[in-house]
Amino acid sequence: MSDSRKKTKMVPLPSQAIIPERDTAEKPILEVHRLGINFGGLVAVEDFNIAVGRTEICGLIGPNGAGKTTIFNLLTKVYQPTSGAILLDGHDTSNMNTAQINKAGIARTFQNIRLFPTLSVEDNVKIGLHNQVKYSMATGILRLPRFFSSERRARERAMELLDIFDMTHLASHRASSLPYGAQRRLEFIRALATNPKLLLLDEPAAGMNPSETEELMSNIEKIRDQFQIAIILIEHDMRLVMGICEGIAVLNYGKIIAKGTPEEIQSNPLVIEAYLGKKKGDQ
Amino acid sequence: MDFLSYLISGISLGSIYAIIALGYTMVYGIAKMLNFAHGDVIMVGGYMSFMATTHFGWPPLLSVLFAMAVCTLLGIVIEQLAYKPLRSAPALAVLITAIGVSYFLQNAALLIWSANPKSFSSVVFLEALRLFDGRLIISGTTIVTIIVCLVIILILNTIVNKTKVGRAMRAVSEDKDAAQLMGVNVNKTISITFAIGSALAAIAGVLLCSAYPILMPTTGAMPGIKAFTAAVFGGIGSIPGAFLGGILLGIIEILGKAYISTQLSDAIVFAVLIIILLVKPTGLLGKKVLVKV
Amino acid sequence: MGRLRLKTSTDNLLTYGLVIVAYVVIRILIAGGSISSALQGQLVPITAYIVMAVSLNLTVGVLGELSLGHAGFMSVGAFSGVVTATLLAGAIPTTWLRLALAMLIGAIFAGIFGFLIGVPVLRLEGDYLAIVTLAFGEIIKNVMNIIYIGYDASGIQFSMESTNALQLGEGGKVILSGPMGAIGITKLSTFTAGFILILISLVIVLNLINSRAGRAIMAVRDDKIAAESVGISVWRYRMMAFVTSAMLAGAAGALYALNYSTVVARKFDFNTSILVLVFVVLGGMGNIRGSIIAATVLTVLPEVLRTFNEVRMLVYAVILILVMLVRNNTTLQHLFQRIGVRRKKDLLNGEKGDDA
Repeated sequence: MSDSRKKTKMVPLPSQAIIPERDTAEKPILEVHRLGINFGGLVAVEDFNIAVGRTEICGLIGPNGAGKTTIFNLLTKVYQPTSGAILLDGHDTSNMNTAQINKAGIARTFQNIRLFPTLSVEDNVKIGLHNQVKYSMATGILRLPRFFSSERRARERAMELLDIFDMTHLASHRASSLPYGAQRRLEFIRALATNPKLLLLDEPAAGMNPSETEELMSNIEKIRDQFQIAIILIEHDMRLVMGICEGIAVLNYGKIIAKGTPEEIQSNPLVIEAYLGKKKGDQ
Repeated sequence: MDFLSYLISGISLGSIYAIIALGYTMVYGIAKMLNFAHGDVIMVGGYMSFMATTHFGWPPLLSVLFAMAVCTLLGIVIEQLAYKPLRSAPALAVLITAIGVSYFLQNAALLIWSANPKSFSSVVFLEALRLFDGRLIISGTTIVTIIVCLVIILILNTIVNKTKVGRAMRAVSEDKDAAQLMGVNVNKTISITFAIGSALAAIAGVLLCSAYPILMPTTGAMPGIKAFTAAVFGGIGSIPGAFLGGILLGIIEILGKAYISTQLSDAIVFAVLIIILLVKPTGLLGKKVLVKV
Repeated sequence: MGRLRLKTSTDNLLTYGLVIVAYVVIRILIAGGSISSALQGQLVPITAYIVMAVSLNLTVGVLGELSLGHAGFMSVGAFSGVVTATLLAGAIPTTWLRLALAMLIGAIFAGIFGFLIGVPVLRLEGDYLAIVTLAFGEIIKNVMNIIYIGYDASGIQFSMESTNALQLGEGGKVILSGPMGAIGITKLSTFTAGFILILISLVIVLNLINSRAGRAIMAVRDDKIAAESVGISVWRYRMMAFVTSAMLAGAAGALYALNYSTVVARKFDFNTSILVLVFVVLGGMGNIRGSIIAATVLTVLPEVLRTFNEVRMLVYAVILILVMLVRNNTTLQHLFQRIGVRRKKDLLNGEKGDDA
């Protein structure tokens, strides 16, 4: 199933696609045109263009301070862009706020993990299911039959999701008491619970050891195949990025300096320069 | 002419609020706590000055110094006993403790001086100023209050911006931990801030009672709340903000009383505060903080 | 420590049980004549304060926003409740029904005020939000002080000047008289009514906390940005908690006011807001049972301390400070543990109530 899916990956706007020669059969899930933001005159991101296929895994890399997380914040409207357009599944998102963006299909994780620390692991996932399993406040207070059926459904779904990362045994633990790696995984699960079409992962492998990273890589691919979603990830671990990303965009000083497949990126002189600096002789 | 007269009383009342608000704002800026007992230190200052003049027969100026000394000591003791042990506790725990201290001071005053109002005789003996053939009269207390407020602002500004203690204060208010690492004695700096704030409260207490000569255990409560409002008004943590907020609050209160409704003057003050905060959510001179995600 | 209790339902049952047992015990004691009349007079106010504390806990503990003007909603509920009860005196002779309607109308009016105040207030954050709730509390107190309401044969009369301005006809009656407050109230409130109101508040608050909406409210408390990122409308759930809290305070206000023959607006001032806040913080943020215990103990405590007479409020203040110090200072806590004093889970360790 995943094989047939991979073939239909697309990019109708060659200039903006990370990998221009990709199949253009289907509309991209995300199209970003000339996105930019400045903070009181300081240009943090400018002229950012990208298109992401329906089940594509792509990487956003670049040196510290290049503006990668800012891109995520713009896509999810944590910051309001000062210029440009973001089309999600062909629809303009300019009038949406963060919550509406999520309902429309973008979920994310955060670089500095943002769980609901005082709540249980299970409740964290159930909060991710907020717009998936719905019932009114009155239903909840009056404990109407619908409350019980919905709660049961939410619990079952939460357990299914926790099971992806083998975390069901931690369900009743307080989120803040989990070890760092488990917190990252929980945040991942919470984002998945919102049933996104596009998942933004901000440094998912940060703080993980090589074997954990290995496991994470296979999990990311597994989730993409199982849920049929697109994933953009910011990551410094090049083994992960080169290992699972089909397209990579490199950001430096708020601008894209290169786009392409992992092989193209690895041999791109601009990228090497951005990461390692210019050779002495070149100056 | 009436308007001018109201305006001047407004500035005078505002000066008192500003002096109290400075205490609130400095403590907030440095210890990140709302010291609800601050208003009651004002009341203690008032009683001290009252005692010194009526019971010991001391001259007014000496009574003010006495009140300042007692309040400074009181401020340091309160800080050491009640607030210092809670340095790493949640903000709300410190707030409730401050409320406890406030109850304590009010009820101690009630025991010592009883609920009967004392009539306070002004410590100011300056002749009233008569202008425009006596159509505009500015009382001596008013003049002294405004001058004292200006002098305090100048002194404070110098302390905060020009001295070593001031630099330590700015460092602690910016980042307590980093300041500690750089060798700033955080505890000492906080104590000094409380001492200064309490000394100011004593001055405010004396001026307040000189202008409105009724002294009761609850005298400080309402001016305390209003001065706190003034501090937020101007942007809490900012010294010029406290000054500006205090003066504006005083003017609004007096003009509201004169032209709109006596009973609603407090409501007007608070309504203006709400409007200001809606337009500028961190107060007039407060800094906007960008949340980092 | 990390494991959260799964048995929230048993925990909630314990809370209901506590309230019911306390009610039964007090009833028996009253029947046996072993409760002083002074304390009996305190029973309705205690139930009103319990509801106030439970409702404020929804704002402060569950939503995580400091409110310094909760008494304002009590005030709105009290006066609208009194007006309702007085106007219905002829139409509905059944006192319990009249009281129930008065509390309902009180809750609705307080809810409307909660919404109107919530619109500006909930745009702010932290200490600024707190100061604006304080400001609204004071504004409500001031405005209530200039409202005059009366009724006569031609209907309800309203004025903001004086009782004379009401121009009441023959046989007219003044209900609200500005700074004099509500006068000539027929006492309707009973201890049982207070007990029922507590149960209703518990059902609302506890069921809310353990439902989809309650989780969303707590998510907003824990991390606004993360809550938005999973599709929760922060504004909506903050408002939901705030209005629910205001409505319960309104009902408590009606209950409180209908226990006296006169009630003045000054009664519901900043000090009352703070008093209720003290109940919440001492009982433990988000810990509903803690709020109930703290409200009861701290309302009864001054009565018990009456033997100390003049110094009782001083003792109260000292106890308050000491409890805060003991609960929040690590050095003191270690000391207490060393000499073998186990902290009482409910009252003293309530802050971390849900991981107990």
